[in-house]
Amino acid sequence: MTDATISATPIDAASPRRRDIGLKKRYAAERRFRFYGQAAIFLGILFLAILLWTVVSKGVGAFQQTMITVPVEFAQSVIDPKDKRAEDPNVLLMANYPLLARNALVQALGVDPDDKKAVKAVGGLVSDSSRVELRNYVMENPDVIGKTIPVTMTANGLVDSTLKGHIDLKVPEERRQVSDQEVAWINQLVDDGIMQKQFNTGIFVNGASSRAETAGMGVAIIGSFYMMAIVLVLALPIGVAASIYLEEFAPKNRWTDVIEVNINNLAAVPSIVFGLLGLAVFINFMGLPRSASLVGGLVLTLMTLPTIIIATRAALKAVPPSIRSAALGIGASKMQMVFHHVLPLAAPGILTGTIIGLAQALGETAPLLLIGMVAFVVDYPATPMDPATALPVQIFMWANEAERAFVERTSGAIIILLLFLAAMNIAAIILRRKFERRW
Amino acid sequence: MNMMSDAATEKAVNAPADEPVIKMRGKDVCVFYGPKQALFDVNLNIRENAVTALIGPSGCGKSTFLRSLNRMNDTIDTCRVTGDITLDGEDIYDPAIDVVELRARVGMVFQKPNPFPKSIYENVVYGPRIHGLVRNKADMDEVVEKSLVRAGLFNEVKDRLHEPGTGLSGGQQQRLCIARAIAVSPEVILMDEPCSALDPIATATVEELIHELRENYTIVIVTHSMQQAARVSQRTAMFHLGVLVEEGDTDKIFTNPDDPRTQDYITGRFG
Amino acid sequence: MSIFLLVTIVCVLGVVGYVLARSRVSGLETDSSVSYHSRPGYHGMHMAIATVLPALLVLAVWAISSQVVIGNVVKSSISQEVLGDSAAREGLTMGIVSSISRGLTLLNAEELKQAANGIDAARPLLAAKGVAIATDASDPMVTAAFRYNGLEQTSTFWRSIVVILAALVCGGWAWTQLGARVKARNRVEGVVLGLLILASSIAILTTIGIVLSMIRETGRFFASVPPLEFFFGTVWDPRFAAAGATESAGQFGLLPLLAGTLYIALVAMLVAVPIGLFAAVYMAEYAGPKLRSVAKPLLEVLAGIPTIVYGFFAVVTVGPFLRDLSAQISGIFTGDASSFIQAQSVLTAGAVMGIMLIPFVSSLSDDIITAVPRAMRDGSLGLGATRSETIKRVILPAALPGIVGALLLTASRAIGETMIVVLAAGVAARLTINPFEPMTTVTVKIVSQLTGDLEFNSPQTLVAFALGITLFVLTLGLNIYALYVVRKYREQYE
Repeated sequence: MTDATISATPIDAASPRRRDIGLKKRYAAERRFRFYGQAAIFLGILFLAILLWTVVSKGVGAFQQTMITVPVEFAQSVIDPKDKRAEDPNVLLMANYPLLARNALVQALGVDPDDKKAVKAVGGLVSDSSRVELRNYVMENPDVIGKTIPVTMTANGLVDSTLKGHIDLKVPEERRQVSDQEVAWINQLVDDGIMQKQFNTGIFVNGASSRAETAGMGVAIIGSFYMMAIVLVLALPIGVAASIYLEEFAPKNRWTDVIEVNINNLAAVPSIVFGLLGLAVFINFMGLPRSASLVGGLVLTLMTLPTIIIATRAALKAVPPSIRSAALGIGASKMQMVFHHVLPLAAPGILTGTIIGLAQALGETAPLLLIGMVAFVVDYPATPMDPATALPVQIFMWANEAERAFVERTSGAIIILLLFLAAMNIAAIILRRKFERRW
Repeated sequence: MNMMSDAATEKAVNAPADEPVIKMRGKDVCVFYGPKQALFDVNLNIRENAVTALIGPSGCGKSTFLRSLNRMNDTIDTCRVTGDITLDGEDIYDPAIDVVELRARVGMVFQKPNPFPKSIYENVVYGPRIHGLVRNKADMDEVVEKSLVRAGLFNEVKDRLHEPGTGLSGGQQQRLCIARAIAVSPEVILMDEPCSALDPIATATVEELIHELRENYTIVIVTHSMQQAARVSQRTAMFHLGVLVEEGDTDKIFTNPDDPRTQDYITGRFG
Repeated sequence: MSIFLLVTIVCVLGVVGYVLARSRVSGLETDSSVSYHSRPGYHGMHMAIATVLPALLVLAVWAISSQVVIGNVVKSSISQEVLGDSAAREGLTMGIVSSISRGLTLLNAEELKQAANGIDAARPLLAAKGVAIATDASDPMVTAAFRYNGLEQTSTFWRSIVVILAALVCGGWAWTQLGARVKARNRVEGVVLGLLILASSIAILTTIGIVLSMIRETGRFFASVPPLEFFFGTVWDPRFAAAGATESAGQFGLLPLLAGTLYIALVAMLVAVPIGLFAAVYMAEYAGPKLRSVAKPLLEVLAGIPTIVYGFFAVVTVGPFLRDLSAQISGIFTGDASSFIQAQSVLTAGAVMGIMLIPFVSSLSDDIITAVPRAMRDGSLGLGATRSETIKRVILPAALPGIVGALLLTASRAIGETMIVVLAAGVAARLTINPFEPMTTVTVKIVSQLTGDLEFNSPQTLVAFALGITLFVLTLGLNIYALYVVRKYREQYE
């Protein structure tokens, strides 16, 4: 065969023209290979779908919260039995507000007030946060004492889970966290219109809480906002300045080579190393406060810089040299050429890169753990120097909570984070589409 | 196999000994790149064991026609071919025809030498190996030697068969690519401006090689150089703006063309 | 005057200088027939820079040096017996002094007078403001704290005067420079160029900062734990960081952490490389523009999802899924439905990390595969090779160096990944080859040693920096080599 292969001349009519070149087997291999490729892409997209589905299906519930609206009797005998609230402000602060909520529910459900056990269980239907909710209400309107007014309170996390169907009621009663009696009460309250699901504003505005039903991302959103602002204010000018120098002014020598290699490497350094840097330099050496958004912002700035520099240099490179020659040719200085002509033309590219860098920084968690952003912060940070958390760190903290209701909160928080990221990326895409220029 | 024997008989019947045998036949060939038409109703016959030169100014469609002869145009997504092109009487665009088998029969050498980033030996043995034409080391050695000898490269590289093919000079690289093509023992070899990237001395070597290969293969060559066409080919086809202007014996085309455009071109008025 | 106010004043002076100089030059220019070298705006900027820049420099130097100077003056005023005999004791004492002095600034005049009586008077007052003072604080320290605050006040006062003076003097000098032949533009551009250079060296400073800070802390760690024990120890058991305990009570063996890191990275690569590579090949060689325009961005979305989300996904979905799956499998084969895969395991963390890495592998490889010249493909197809033969025998071998570089970059990312392993790999440091059991990684331990309240001088926290530098060196080596390989590869086809 081989001999024929080499010496076969087309004139040789005796030898068959067609050779067996194993087509069947080769095409089978071709199909297999193609299938692997398709399977790989399919798997990748499938993983994405499962991931998003998991988050969304577990998380949409977090945007609804079970509330109880019931007429509460602000009995003076409970709040201020000795009538001393005028002299002692602590009276209103320390009053037994949960009792008010409990009494209101006992009445609404028609439970026998002498059945101590039942009464106690009824009290458990509202969240512990009702203490704060009622207290704030009374402190703001002291004249309600002695009156009966309908008030909306947050329901207990377990009640919330039950109503959303997260708790399997087919499990025998002794092995689940809600009793049959409680389920009956919940149904009764829902039927009476006392208990209903509402849009959950708390998840956006509340601070840290050990109770899932009142935990919110307010502090984290503000903290992340501060950090993004700091990153933007620092990383954008520094990054653009560095890129302009490297791209337009720097002589090509060993030093700029070192900077170049260094920037590429910094972009690939594990993020947690930046956390160690922040801890050692900003907190230990400079004495900036732990848990502050300022430190987080500085660390994220250093992390984002390489991304912005790489994107900006690409954008500057894309501006054709003819523009530069044109500017220099009419007597502009090199600085004027850069700032009047090259930079404006590169601006959309720079902006896109910056947004993508910011999106990366917004989702970054590891370095923030090391500089103390894992903190239980209840109050909004007034300045970037105050303790705060960040969106992804909040997610991390909730993911570590054991309670069932926190899984829903975590997923909800992830949805919020992903929405922010999606908005930023879409903005970047729109910018690119709108201003993209082909030379 | 059935079809093949039919084709063979047909050829035997249609081709008396003294008449030239037609190896490939193009009938009303049109080629489109997306909405743009690059070739218009080309009718051209390729004779067996002859060198056919395709000439014409750049952008005239000669490379397009060449690439449609072994369906290399298939690799361009937007490309569409209509009309008939036959090889030994079989339509090569017939869905039943296998493109891999076709290309094993109709090999191609490209404008720029494109050796694979492998050793010289591996470059040559690549084709036979994927087509299962070699079974053992001895077979492979034989194929490599014969192909390189035939390509006139063997003596220059026999001591460094296992060094990378990319280390050769331009002319050597192109001859390596030719050796790679003939290692599969195709029936037709298509050459797309094989010397355009080479210096004059390398060009002379490759032209000499083409001349020798004519005895065993049918060769179609696209060239920019009129002198080259005159030197190496027996038949010449002149293309202009996607249209086949004229075809005939090389001697005739270069001495007494029928079409004024051909005359203009070979005398250097345009192109 | 606070620094913020001072900076504002200087900036306002700068703006005023800009406006004055600009209007003066444009006035002169129209009055006289002399043509000016620089436009009025540049003279304005020259003036502004001259006003602001030196003043800010003075401020920065003052702010940094005054702390050192004041610290030393106060320290020398404290008697040796109060200060303590070792460097560590001195540090402790100065720490107490500075926390007292910080607390004193919160008190009003009346309370200050009381606090001056001594530590017993000061402690409750400070406690009421939320400043806790260490128990071994003593009266001389309170005195020192008062002295510290006094010096600080004097320094602040003089700082304001000197800085504003600097602004005025330098601005005044610039005012004398408003002339036709003065090359204000060139000077301004020189300053701008200097700023550009400064900005570009921040990247270098970051690297130097990383290296120096880690080396410093690692050095302190190695002072209490021998390097050999760290690098070759097989037991990780740091114990708790007991405040004040100086001798190391735990064992700090790096090997179990390194083994876990590499094992999880290996599992991740086993998931990501085949999927990512095949996806890249299909995308580059087979997919039509339509599929490409849909599938490529979708895969890239995977890269845009924060790693904490992957960690959560591992904890709530993948871990339990693998655990239940293994329980069912063992139920079928042995009849005993106990799970042999734990929810937190090498497999869980590795698999999820692998999913995260798919887009890295695919987009890096895609770039590299499309960089292989078209002539290579044509050459192979022209010989009658099928597409898959062309890919397997020509394109992939040609792209191999580039792909190896891409895989090394991916591996470095897998090694440095933190959030997925923190949530899904477990915290138990052990050496095992069973992928169904939890292992822990270098990054997990950095996080766990450094979160929560920490005593910064104990080996228990300092070890995080030793781990960090190990991680840094490991990934840096991989990155430099990988970037070098990729760069060489690109040059080959340019």
